[in-house]
Amino acid sequence: MNLKKLGLGAALLAGTALTLVAPAPAQADGTVKVGVLQSLSGTMAISEVPLENAELLAIDQLNAKGGVLGKQIAPVIEDGASDPSTFAQKATKLIEEDKVVTVFGGWTSSSRKAMLPVIQRLHGLLWYPVQFEGNECSPNIMYSGAQPNQQALPAFTWAEQKGYKKIFLLGSDYVYPRTANLILKKHIAHDGLTLSGEEYVPLGGTDFSSIVAKIEQSKPDIIINTLNGDSNVSFFKQMAAAGMTPDKLPVMSFSIAEPEAQAMGPKLLAGSFTSWNYFQSLPGPTNADFVAAYKAKFGASSVVDDPMVHGYVDVMEWAAAVKKAGTFDPKAVRDAAVALGFKDSPLGKVKFAPNQSMVQTGYIGELQPDGQFKIIWSSPGPIEPQPYDPLTFPGKSCAAHTTF
Amino acid sequence: MQESAFLLGQVFNGVSVASLFVLAALGLALSFGLMRVINMAQGEMLMLGGYLAYMTLAVVPGPLGILVALPVAFLGAALLGAVLEFTVIHRLSARPLDTLLATWGVSLILQQAARNLFGAIGVQVIAPTWLDHTVSVATGPLAGLDLPDTRIFILFVAALVLGAIALLLNKTRLGLYVRAVNQDRPVAAAMGVNARLIDLLVFSLGTGVAGLAGVILALLGPVTPTVGQSYIVPAFLVVILGGLGSIVGTTIASLVVGLFTALIEIFVDVSVAQVLLLVFVIVFIQFRPQGIITLRSRALEG
Repeated sequence: MNLKKLGLGAALLAGTALTLVAPAPAQADGTVKVGVLQSLSGTMAISEVPLENAELLAIDQLNAKGGVLGKQIAPVIEDGASDPSTFAQKATKLIEEDKVVTVFGGWTSSSRKAMLPVIQRLHGLLWYPVQFEGNECSPNIMYSGAQPNQQALPAFTWAEQKGYKKIFLLGSDYVYPRTANLILKKHIAHDGLTLSGEEYVPLGGTDFSSIVAKIEQSKPDIIINTLNGDSNVSFFKQMAAAGMTPDKLPVMSFSIAEPEAQAMGPKLLAGSFTSWNYFQSLPGPTNADFVAAYKAKFGASSVVDDPMVHGYVDVMEWAAAVKKAGTFDPKAVRDAAVALGFKDSPLGKVKFAPNQSMVQTGYIGELQPDGQFKIIWSSPGPIEPQPYDPLTFPGKSCAAHTTF
Repeated sequence: MQESAFLLGQVFNGVSVASLFVLAALGLALSFGLMRVINMAQGEMLMLGGYLAYMTLAVVPGPLGILVALPVAFLGAALLGAVLEFTVIHRLSARPLDTLLATWGVSLILQQAARNLFGAIGVQVIAPTWLDHTVSVATGPLAGLDLPDTRIFILFVAALVLGAIALLLNKTRLGLYVRAVNQDRPVAAAMGVNARLIDLLVFSLGTGVAGLAGVILALLGPVTPTVGQSYIVPAFLVVILGGLGSIVGTTIASLVVGLFTALIEIFVDVSVAQVLLLVFVIVFIQFRPQGIITLRSRALEG
């Protein structure tokens, strides 16, 4: 125990010492190291392994075209093991020992929150690819996943336009559903709609009998569902058993994408809605190329989803920013990344805003029996990211960073 | 929906949840009463039952698959229970506390085995169409009351299993032996009861019943490698509340836990209900540490 503490103390000391030394960005042998930090084991591995695949695909494609600034990209792969403290340790290791120039990774908000102090202290740059609850604004993180106003609020706007007046909020009990619902409640009240109910179950919860009864009693027009993982299967099964299938009572889910639909069985979920910034079924040659390249590398039956594409686009945006900056220095790369302007991507036209979040379009998809989503609505154009919802958190905002 | 219908619906939901708990907890209660063994792998017997149901339905598709799955899961889980008893628990019988650690290890092995065999995502068991209906009350004071067939089916299976076990324990010679060993092992053994065999039979009966619970669970949710983990904690709660080793106590405690959560969930959400349930159990065992029903047993004394 004492030895461990000593070791930790030494590592911390070494960390502070290293920050004083100018980073050595590129290796002499013509390669440059980047960190890829996802959970390759534990509960999150199901989601994060495909995301890691997409990030590595992007690196492969860049290397095939000669790399960046004449250097081949060498990914250093680490396992976050679905454990926030492991993410923090591995992020430290990547930056201090491996001297990577940037890190791609993270999925859960807790993993990002654990890496944030490390990345800031070591003046690194992290590319975070997953939709999240906002309320965070670090100068050292590029947030490409949707902010609440790019996923939750487009879903709300769509529901409002469809004429749904009574909304039932259901979620797993952790930070994302609680924050998303806090924002949604403000908008429900502001727009004069009715909140039919708000319910939370512990992560992994399987018993929905009381919730189904409350839904039957309050008769909402739509359910906005922020349940995570397996709980969704239990919920949809028990709703179906009570005669409330998604075609009779619409359900808008925020954590069901193509792989989840495939795993849970499209039959069970058919007709339910979801809100993302990317669907595999998006038209356009860039997306077709991406899907074909992914399938060629990882199997014809594999599917791609929103976080994976964000991971892929993060790598591409990083490479473009490095080219623009002419250096691998993280601060110069960040400053270049927010000034790149719109570029074509599998998501459509996207760019990073000065607040380091991505400007992107919101789409609503309806699940088809084949497990793919039919896009039934999209936002009028790319949405400017708002880390702090003005209605819920007035007076707070996230401007361009000058520090690093 | 009217208030009375909603209330009655919640009572029904509570009883339905209780019937799952009683099946999951029965084996724990029995084997603790008899052998002072705490089987941490009981949850994985549920998981095994779920996967056996999945495999049975792959072999026997169609409306009656689920009825075939019930005996298959019972026998499969009972067999694994027997192997576990014979290889691990029996050998640690002199050190009952060590079984806690050993069975926890078994639980981890079984979870990983399921992950390797079936994948981490889990599999789906689709309820047959004859369970796809709801009994609805359209008029009268209970208008709007919906009772899903799956939940009625669960109640029916639980009642059948409880009845069968009560008969077995109270009316058969085997049951007499079980009760005798339960009350005083050395004396029963001196009278010619093969206590070793009784241990083995009771333990595998308990795991078999958990396997049945797994089939039922598969109708309500996904079958994943960790599905047992979400039921093991309530099952232990039921055993503690009911009194170790008692079937009547386990049944009453399941009903108390099921109804308590269902009724409290009228006012609070599921997360808060779980907190309140734990508070309730903690307060209860302050006043009645022996649980609802106290069993007279030499094994549990001293």
